[in-house]
Amino acid sequence: MSEHTDLKIPALELKSLVFSWPDQAPLFNIPQLKLAQGQHLFIYGSSGSGKTTLLNLLAGIYPCQRGDIVIAGQSMTALSAAKRDQLRASSIGVVFQQLNLIPYLTVLQNVLLVSAFAKKIPQAEQRARYLLQKLGLEQQLWQAPANRLSVGQQQRVAIARALLSQPALLIADEPTSALDHKHRDSFMQLMLSEAELCGTTVIFVSHDPALRSYFHFELDMEQLHQGVQPC
Amino acid sequence: MLMQLARASLWNRKGTVLMTVISLTISIALLLGIDHIRHEAKSSFTSTVSGTDLIVGARSSQLNLLLYSVFRIGNATNNISWQNYQTVKTHPQVAWSIPISLGDSHRGYRVIGTNEDYFKFYQYGEKQPLKLAQGKVFAGVYQAVIGSVVAQKLGYQLGEKITLSHGVGSVSFTQHKDKPFEVVGILAPTGTPVDQSVHIPLQGIEAIHLGWQSGGMPAPGKGISVEQSLSMDLEPKVITAYMLGLKAKMATFVVQRQLNEFKGEPLSAILPGVALAELWQMLSMVENMLLLITALVIVATLVGIVTTLLAGLKERQREMAILRAVGAPASTVFLLIELELLLMALLSIAAAVLVLVAGLWGFREVLASQYGLFISINPWHDQTVWLLSAVLGLTLVLGAIPAFLAYRRALASGLMVRL
Repeated sequence: MSEHTDLKIPALELKSLVFSWPDQAPLFNIPQLKLAQGQHLFIYGSSGSGKTTLLNLLAGIYPCQRGDIVIAGQSMTALSAAKRDQLRASSIGVVFQQLNLIPYLTVLQNVLLVSAFAKKIPQAEQRARYLLQKLGLEQQLWQAPANRLSVGQQQRVAIARALLSQPALLIADEPTSALDHKHRDSFMQLMLSEAELCGTTVIFVSHDPALRSYFHFELDMEQLHQGVQPC
Repeated sequence: MLMQLARASLWNRKGTVLMTVISLTISIALLLGIDHIRHEAKSSFTSTVSGTDLIVGARSSQLNLLLYSVFRIGNATNNISWQNYQTVKTHPQVAWSIPISLGDSHRGYRVIGTNEDYFKFYQYGEKQPLKLAQGKVFAGVYQAVIGSVVAQKLGYQLGEKITLSHGVGSVSFTQHKDKPFEVVGILAPTGTPVDQSVHIPLQGIEAIHLGWQSGGMPAPGKGISVEQSLSMDLEPKVITAYMLGLKAKMATFVVQRQLNEFKGEPLSAILPGVALAELWQMLSMVENMLLLITALVIVATLVGIVTTLLAGLKERQREMAILRAVGAPASTVFLLIELELLLMALLSIAAAVLVLVAGLWGFREVLASQYGLFISINPWHDQTVWLLSAVLGLTLVLGAIPAFLAYRRALASGLMVRL
């Protein structure tokens, strides 16, 4: 297991995080948020509520304006853009709504994409095969171009990729929106159980309140405008 | 990793990439081809005549004298006296000389009246002498030695009887029909105007004009037969020009001045090297224009490619977001696009060189036989490296535009691309 299994260090900690676009009122204001290892957070909000911006901040794409984001003990504010990119490669997994894979690479190459940018992932290829198998992707699909897969299969490959580096954080941006109900539930279970095995904390964004029950905590983007403390 | 990505990405878009590479290949092959022909033309042009120290003719510009005496283009302003030529020949510095008498033609090919010294002393290229492919040098009055192109184009063999025409057009109304010449020798190809010439003895020139009143046809019934002509005095009175080889190169300028100040008649003595260089400078303007146009074709092609890339960027936004999500710095996006362009450019260069070499090899025979052009198959010159580096550099500079836009977009839109 990875270094962030140390339960004393929170997987994610936000301290007085405020973000605003130039010449606008703050989009959100989070005075304090702390997630321990394996505690999952559901972020709920309509479009335009700042979800996307928050995810870009958490993933280290945007720099922090005010406050701090600490991922597995590593403060983001102190890091340069390049260092944040590296932190994202090794400590944050990302799963999008859909179209998670580079169409012209094979399934296996897609999963291993992370290892090109992360600091050394031990036995990356072995781990990739293990994860693909666990996520129910038959071996004959591994060398197939990613665009040959169904949406459900693609989303599972995306989880394998996001978990390859055993990240502290898995950011999922409405990954079930393209799936039907049956697939949605099996997807959620698969994702959360794999995340738990890796000791990864999941941050899940959705406008579907039905998924709320899978998570330990929830955060309503609407409340964040007022700076309400969620937990 | 980036390389693998770039390769896979290009392969994924192979249709577009193939068209891009083809268009770039054509323009690069054009550039290299024109540059190559420029080199070849220059070397073949400046090696048309070598070893000759001075060319002497009637007073005229040096270009005119060079053009008619060496390139068989245009006409002499005047003839010069045979007598004076004999005097010059005895100049202590003169090692050898070749007299030339022009003014007649055979089916469009110029007739050169000269003597056996022409075959002994005339040199071209790297001081190569003329060689006979078949037969021998003329010995009799009514014999001719023809250039390789003349032989090939007109299908002449040894022993062929040819009729000369007065004047230099390909269609002439005054033929020297009564006095045919026999082809006794065919010269090996030289890649110079010699290939397109018919050489006959000076006496032959005299003989076919016997009985002509100054500049006009003989009156009917006054014609002189071949037999009669042979018993007459065939020593020429005038010639058109002559070439001189000197004993010491150092003396060239002195002899040139002496000839230019010759008391007997107005002469012009030119240094063929200097005149060739001057002529080449005039011609090279055209070539530089050609090269410039080719360069513009390349720029246009590259701009087209960059436009295609720009149009395709939106489709690739998702791809870039995925790369960012797995931890690729924004610079990766920039590098990926530049690398793809670089790969396409390198592929095009390789294809262009292949196409060019294959083309030169394929058309080698045709060029040599039809146009008398001897073009080397190897298109590589010293400056080729620089030309190709310039193409690559230009590709990267122009490619920086879409690469930078993709980079900026990757920075701004981050992970969550909504399509």
